[in-house]
Parts: sequence; structure tokens; C-alpha cells
Amino acid sequence: MGTRNCHHICDESSPGIGEAGRTGEWRDVLPVIDQKKCTPVRQNKPACYLCWLYCPDTVISKTIPLEINLEYCKGCGICAEVCPVQAITMVNEDKVL
Amino acid sequence: MNGTDSVSLKGKKTDRDSDKQIIDGNQAAAHGAKLSRVQVIAAYPITPQTPLTEKLSEFVEGGEFKAEYVTVESEHSALAVCASASMVGARVFTATSAHGLAYMHEMLHWAAGARLPVVLACVNRAIGAPWNILNDQQDSVSQRDTGWIQIYARNNQEILDSIIQAYKIAEAVYVPAMVCYDGFVLSHAAMPVDVPSQEDVDRFLPSYRPHTILDPANPKNYNLVTLANPRVNTEGVLCHGYMELRYLLHEALQNSGETIIKVGQEFGELFGRSYTNMLWEDWLDDADIVIVAMGSLAMEAIIAAGMLREEGHKVGVLGLRVFRPFPTTDVVKALKRSRLIVVFDKNISYGSEGATCSEIKSALYGSGVNAVVRNFIVGLGGRDVKARELADAVNKSLLSLKEGVLSSQYSEWICDI
Repeated sequence: MGTRNCHHICDESSPGIGEAGRTGEWRDVLPVIDQKKCTPVRQNKPACYLCWLYCPDTVISKTIPLEINLEYCKGCGICAEVCPVQAITMVNEDKVL
Repeated sequence: MNGTDSVSLKGKKTDRDSDKQIIDGNQAAAHGAKLSRVQVIAAYPITPQTPLTEKLSEFVEGGEFKAEYVTVESEHSALAVCASASMVGARVFTATSAHGLAYMHEMLHWAAGARLPVVLACVNRAIGAPWNILNDQQDSVSQRDTGWIQIYARNNQEILDSIIQAYKIAEAVYVPAMVCYDGFVLSHAAMPVDVPSQEDVDRFLPSYRPHTILDPANPKNYNLVTLANPRVNTEGVLCHGYMELRYLLHEALQNSGETIIKVGQEFGELFGRSYTNMLWEDWLDDADIVIVAMGSLAMEAIIAAGMLREEGHKVGVLGLRVFRPFPTTDVVKALKRSRLIVVFDKNISYGSEGATCSEIKSALYGSGVNAVVRNFIVGLGGRDVKARELADAVNKSLLSLKEGVLSSQYSEWICDI
């Protein structure tokens, strides 16, 4: 029965992003960034990055512009909460797709 | 009990170098763990297991063998320590009774699910409420479905032998094993025990090879969140889902019977005491009436069977040595000539019947064995069980069988109700 090509007798994994599967599938609402409002983009220098700091799944990049890895973003909305300039809004998944 | 050295009866030398000692069940278990060269012990004292932990700490503190004895604040922690140590490659031992085992319940599942070959001595004791410190088997029987191998000893020699064998079995199949023995009846009763030499046990028991190893150079997560379906891990390998892992544990338990018998045979070849069956069979060759019991009760049943044979009945005894994995095929084979099976249980599955009775009935279903199965609940909370009472219960079952009024639906309690 079952898949055996891993030959594990108890569950194991190497630590890494997504070790528990593509958790982005759990998402109901999706963060959308308005890059024109985002501080690092506006100032064109590394600044703020509060969303990167607070993201519990570390799916936001510390880059200009910011990128969100939607394969693992669960849509918790913490980034939208902490953004001091309201550059991130949570949008219903089905409205986007 | 403490400080009293066991009487040594070292007699003439045989090819095996062993030492005959008069010791109680707890001491026998301590010797079993010591001879198995356990490396980490974590146990919390509880009556009637306490002298076992005292003996082990005496061994460790006295420098008689090298092990880490971790004093913990609870049984839950004791098994957590053992599971963790087992995970990093140590051979571990713990022991408990009754409420302590109940408190370990979560970690029992964890040790089995993580496939860690922990060996635990369960000194069988009744569970409250109300408080009771005396013997029955409700504690370990209640842990039946945690994925552990369960071996029941009938006497102190079997306690020592079973613990040594349990390591070899558990480490071969990566399933934890519980060696159960009756509190006070065995734990505090002294009897002659052949204590094998360390050299002989070393020849029998190889060192533990863990199936996983924690290594800082190659970091791993073990037993992480595992959802229903198989998933591809970060290395791109398709890994089991939760249900596949549960199946593998079940399969390991089911297949462990072969290992239990093989290890028992090897033990017999080296030490002269054979454990070639998952059952103890006494006088079954011509028996049409069979008494079934587990633990020290199976010894008492042999005395009862002797009484009944003197009265002209062909009575045999089937002692359940291994309760998990349940030896269904062997049970059917052993009971195939019987017309009446009388099962004595030192446990009760409330609202149903004794747990071993259910197992026996389940094994017989569709097997062609058409015997009547009668269940008696005995000895709860240390209620004395005399061989005469067992024999009387068999006689009573026989009489009602003749009169055709025997109800096999309900278990009968041997007490003052």
C-alpha cells in the first residue's frame, strides 16, 4: 500500500521552505501589493521591509520591488496589517483568478 | 527490599555461565535492562514499579554499569526522554505502572509512530478511581492500541528473559515493546531466576542501530506535520502521507510475530530456555476444555487444570505470552480440538467483556472452531484469585453447557455480586 519510493518508516524531511507541502493551497485571500505606495519602491532604496520581517512563512522577498511567493503564502494578512503605508491589500482569491 | 542482597545459588558450572539468584520480579527486570546494556534510563517511581527504578539507580550510581539515569518530573517526561534518546541512537529503558502508564499515553503513541524501539516494563496495577495499588491488567490492556508490542510474563525468569528479547525484537522491527508483569504477584515475590552472564547476553544482543540519526552536518526534521496525502519533499522525493505511515506501523506489528518467534528460538539455543511460540501451551494435546489466561494467571490456571484433570476432565491451558501482535493463527491452531473455552480476564472493557475474550472470539470467527467461549472477570484491584476458583468456574461452565443454559454473551464476575 501507498508510496514507498522515499523508503522512510517515520516521516522525515530536510528543513526548507515548503517541507510541509504547498501550503499556498490553503489560502482564501491573497495579498496584492500596490508597488507605487510601497516604501522601498518609492524611495528606490532598501527601507521598511516590515512585511518581510513579520511574514511567518518568510515568503516575502527583501528586494525592490517586493515579491510574494504564492506557492507558500497562506493569506494570513499580517503583511497587510503591518504595512505603514497600506500598500498591501487582501483580495478574495476567486476575484483575482 | 533495598540493600538486601539476593541469595546466590551459584552451583556447578555448565557451558553457559549463569548465576541462579532468588530475586523478585522488579529485580529480574532491572537485571534484564542492565544485561541489555541500556544507555539511557528515565523513569518516575510508582508503586509497584518503584523497587525496579531503585535497583537501576543503585546499579548506575554504584558504577556497576554505565548508563545515563535521567530523573524526570513525570512519566510523560520519562518517555519523552527515552524517545528522544532513542532517536539519537541510544538504547533506552523505562518502567511504570497504572496511572504512570496512563500519563504516558500520548508518548506511547509518539514512540510507536516515530518507530523507536523503546523497551518499557509495565508492572501491572489497577487504575483509579478509586485509588488502588494492587494488581490487575487494566493499565496495559488499556494501551493495547498504541502500536506497541506487548509481552506478558508468567514468572520472574520470563521477566528477565523477555526484556532481553524485547530489545532484539524491537530493534529489528523498529516497534517499541512493553514487557508486562503482574504487580506484587511477581514484582514483589522472590523466586529462583537464572541470571545470564554479560558475555552470553552480549553474544545474543547486537548493539542498537537506529533507523534515523540526527546529525548537525545533515539537518533533518523528523515526524513533522504530515497531512493526509503523499507529498513531494524539498528534495523532490514523493513521501508517505499520514495514512501510509500508519499502515507501515500496522504492517510492522503484524509481521513482528515472525521476529518474536525467531528471537525466542535464538534465545533458547543460547540460554536453554525456549520461547518458540507466542503462546504457552500446557496439556493442549488431548484437551477439549481450554482455560485461557494472560500473565501470572496463566500459571495459576495450570494448577486449576491439574485439579480438573484429577476430577477426570481433559483440561488444557493456553497462556497468552504476546497480546500484540495478537497471534490469531496460533490461537486457532491451539484451540481447534476444544468444545469449551473459558477465558479469564484481569481487565474489563466496560460495557463489553474482557479484552482477551474478545480477541479469542474474534480469532475463532470463521475458523471452523465451534467451541463455546465463556468469560470470567477476575482479580481486579488485587482481588485474590485462587486456582480452586478458576477450577470451580470451569466446572460451572461445564454444568451449564450440559444443561444447555450457558450464555456466552455475558462475562461473569468472580466476586461478591
